[in-house]
Parts: sequence; C-alpha cells; structure tokens
Amino acid sequence: MDMILLVSTLIKIAFILVLILTFNVVLLWVERRLAAMIQDRIGPVRAGIPIFGYNLALKGLVQPVADAIKSLWKEDFVPPNADKFLHAMAPLVAVIPVIVAFAVIPFGSSLYLNHAFEVLPPEPTGRVIPLQVATMNFGILFVFAMGGTGVVGSAIAGYSSNNKFSLVGGLRAAGQMVSYEVALGLSLVGCFMLYNTLLIEDMVRWQIENVWGIFLQPIAFILFLTGSTAEMKRVPFDVPEAEAEIVGGFVLEYSGMKFAIFKMGEYFELVLASAVIVVLFLGGHHLPGLTDRGIDFLGFAQPLWHGAVVAIHLGVFLVKLVLVLWLQFMIRWTIPRFRYDQIMKLSWRYMLPLALLNIFVTGVVIMAL
Amino acid sequence: MAITTKRVNKPEMDLSELSYVPEIVRGLGLTMSRFIKNTFLPIEKGEIATIGYPENRLTYKERFRGVHRLTHRADGSPRCVVCLCCSTVCPAQCIKIEAGEYEPDDPRFGYERYPKSFVIDELRCIFCGFCVEACPCDAIRMDSGLHMPASTLREHFIFDKESLMAIPGPDGSYQTGNTRHEPGDPTHPGIDRKLGH
Repeated sequence: MDMILLVSTLIKIAFILVLILTFNVVLLWVERRLAAMIQDRIGPVRAGIPIFGYNLALKGLVQPVADAIKSLWKEDFVPPNADKFLHAMAPLVAVIPVIVAFAVIPFGSSLYLNHAFEVLPPEPTGRVIPLQVATMNFGILFVFAMGGTGVVGSAIAGYSSNNKFSLVGGLRAAGQMVSYEVALGLSLVGCFMLYNTLLIEDMVRWQIENVWGIFLQPIAFILFLTGSTAEMKRVPFDVPEAEAEIVGGFVLEYSGMKFAIFKMGEYFELVLASAVIVVLFLGGHHLPGLTDRGIDFLGFAQPLWHGAVVAIHLGVFLVKLVLVLWLQFMIRWTIPRFRYDQIMKLSWRYMLPLALLNIFVTGVVIMAL
Repeated sequence: MAITTKRVNKPEMDLSELSYVPEIVRGLGLTMSRFIKNTFLPIEKGEIATIGYPENRLTYKERFRGVHRLTHRADGSPRCVVCLCCSTVCPAQCIKIEAGEYEPDDPRFGYERYPKSFVIDELRCIFCGFCVEACPCDAIRMDSGLHMPASTLREHFIFDKESLMAIPGPDGSYQTGNTRHEPGDPTHPGIDRKLGH
C-alpha cells in the first residue's frame, strides 16, 4: 500500500463521514421545518447563536445542535431488568453497518491525478483515483448486506429492553425487514440484467453511455423507493415504532444519546437509500451535456480542466441526492401509516409478484433485442 | 320487532386507486403546493396560522380582560372610595384593601374614605371581571390590554396600590371617560352636609 492510495482513501472516508453527518444535522432541521410548512405551522425557528445580546436565529438552523447538546446531558436510563450489554449494543448495531455501506457508493467520476489541470487527453495515463472508498467486486450486494444488518439493531433493542411494547416493535421491525428485503432485492434484479453488472461504478458508466435507469426501469424505481422506505421504517411503514399504538416501539426504553443515535441511524439510512437511488436510477454523477472533457451541449462545446469536471460531477451528485431526499420527505409527510396487515399484504401479494414480473419482462425484452 | 340490518358495502376502488401510485402523486401535489405556498410566498399570502408570539402579537378585542388598573381622579389620587364591593364580590378573594380616613378639614371627610393600601394577588385572580362590574365608582378596570408579565418570583405578582395606579388604560390616560363629581362641587348629585340632609 503506497502513500497516495492511503492518503486518498483516508480523505475519501473523512469526506463521506463529514458529508453524512452534515446531512444528518441539516436534514433534522429540514424535516421539521418542511413538515411544519406542509401543516401550516412555523416549526423550530427560535434556537439561535447569541451574539452581543442579539439572537442570530438563522431560521432555527442550529436547532439540531441544541437537540444534540440536550441529548448529551440527559439521563441515560436503562430499565432495571434489561440486558445491559445488548441494550447498549443495539444503537451501534443499528448505525455502524449503515455508515459502512456508504463505502461502495461512487460519489463522483474518477480523478486522473496527472491531468487534473488540463483537458483530459483521449488516452489518460498515470494514477486514477475513483471517488469511491472501496471498489469491491460484489458492489451493490454489499449495500444490501449492510442495510439488512441495520434492522438487527432494532430487533436487539426490542428484545433487550424488557418491555412488551419494545418487543412488539422489535418483532415488527424484524418481520417487516424479512418481507421487504425480498421485494427490495428482486426489484433491482431487472437493473442488474440491464446493466449486466453488479459493480455500482459500472452501472453508472452504463447509464452515462446509454440512458438513465429510471426511464428503462420505472417499476423497479417505484418498488425500490417503496421497499427502501419500509426498510428504514419511515412513514408510511413506521409500525415498528408507531408512537400512537406502541409508544415508540423498540426505541421506547432509550433516552439521551442512545435514542439520538437511533434517530441518526434513521437519517443515515435515508441518505444511503437516496444515494443508491441516485446511482442506480438517476445516472449517478452524470449531467447531460457534460462529458469528461468539458461541456458539449447541442453544438456548444467548451473544453474544461479535468479537475473542474470532476468537481462539477461531485456537485451534480450532491444536487441529485438532495432532490431525492426532498422527494422522500414529501412522501413521508403526505401518506398516513399503513396497518401492519396492509404492509404485509403490500409486500407479499403486490410488490413481490410485480418485481418478478418486472424481471420476466426485462428478460424477454433483453433476449428479443 | 326484529332487528333489521343494512349492509353497507365498501366503496369500489378502480385500478388506479388500488395501485396507490396515482393517488400518492395527487397527495404529493397537494402537500407540495401547500409547502411552496407557505415557504416562498410572503407570510400574509401563505396559510400559516402560527404567530411568533413575543415579536408578533394579535390585537385583542376591546372586551379583553387584562391586568387590573386603578383609575385616577383629576388630582391624581385614586377614584376608589373603599366601599369594599370588589373585595366582597371577588370569588377568588384576591383583593385586600385597607381603608384610611381623610383629615377632618378635607372636603371629602365624612363622605368617603381612601385606600391606604390596595393589593391584588394576580396569581389568585381568575380574571372574571366581577370587581369591575361591582365597582360603583369606576375605580377599578381591566381594560389595560396587558397579560401578566412572566416572572419566577411570587412577589412580582402581588400588585400594590402604586403599581396598579401606574398601569395606563387603552388610550394611555390614567382616567376614565366617566366624569367624577367631588363632594362640594355644584354638580355633586348626592346629599350635601352644607345644604342640609
């Protein structure tokens, strides 16, 4: 392992961590304000930075910071007969796999170090740094493996809390995960067949060379959006923590920072699912009209430095990510919660056959062409 | 009589409703239009019902019963004549008045008394307005339009005569529209010692 590889990987890991933690903080505020705006309220606008007796409120943007400080100072309550070890482990089990899964998400195009300050030649040479922490040959399956592990944390939390409602919540989370993991995995098989690869960077490349996945696999897109919402236990699939029926479910016996970590995990999963949607269906960092060598749009050509192109690609990826996150928020504040039997029915009786049909039709079309 | 039942079938749903997606898109349109309206339009044109209280306030109706005030006479003394009607009618028993006699050479001596102390416990007060109704002299009013200001000290809510007299009315004056006829004035409607009882 040489120095450049080590340093670049560390920089990429730091970038990913800073990115998702920043997203987490901002999303907390965005979600509360957005919900308030939809429901004709104002939302949190008070929390601010006191400067010279004046409260710099920034429309409440520092509210998540205040929440975090509050969480740190709150009592960390563990129920008397709870399994202390598992109770402490559960938040970590819920969060760490989700962070790890970001390793295979390509958040930009490859950077050729030798050509950073010139237009990319047709035959680029020298060291290549892919903007992706780990290029692994099982690609997207790693995301599935890690995303599926996250729900174990919820199940452990429900089991170890020594509380009926927590147990019900944990079981519901586990049952929901088992149901939706199937439909979720099968919904993407059509994409795998189309892109003819499991590597996420190759999928992005295929979409850049041909067309974005959402236009060829719209059913897979809807199924994946639904399934991933169910996987991360957000409304309308939030029966595992349904606060109206089982008072918070598996997070019931958690307080302070442990509770906050569960909530952070939910937002990490949200960002992960949105990032997967971007790279699988929305062409990753691809912007129509922008090639590796500069702008080439409807006859207008302007060569750009390779470094600038990579930076623009990174920005495009982030913009797409934000748009998908916004869509997810809008869906979350539009639809009321499903009943548990409706959730199971939706998964096994509608989504699974639809995913299989999607695979069949995709296969027939690919064979016919 | 036999119990009759009427069977009500669930409303039929067509394929687009069963598949959720078009209906969800319609719902998204509703929430999105509301979101855009409330976020990007000026606050008067939006639908937001919340009022950021300390900065923005509603104007209260004229009948709003706020903190009490003691009205003044023309010479700046309280109009109160210590008839004790208000403290008698007060259901919360939050008014305590100590009466004082005027000096014998004062024209009001023998006709009325003055409040040596007039204390209202605003924490006990239920803001029913009975004291204002009961007062024959228009001496106590609740038209100041003020809330109780917030405090963490119980003593701050015990309003004495001076602080009650320092609260102005809605027009900023300390008097009322009703004319006061002092004893000895030609307009004084009551019996008079000099004119003979």
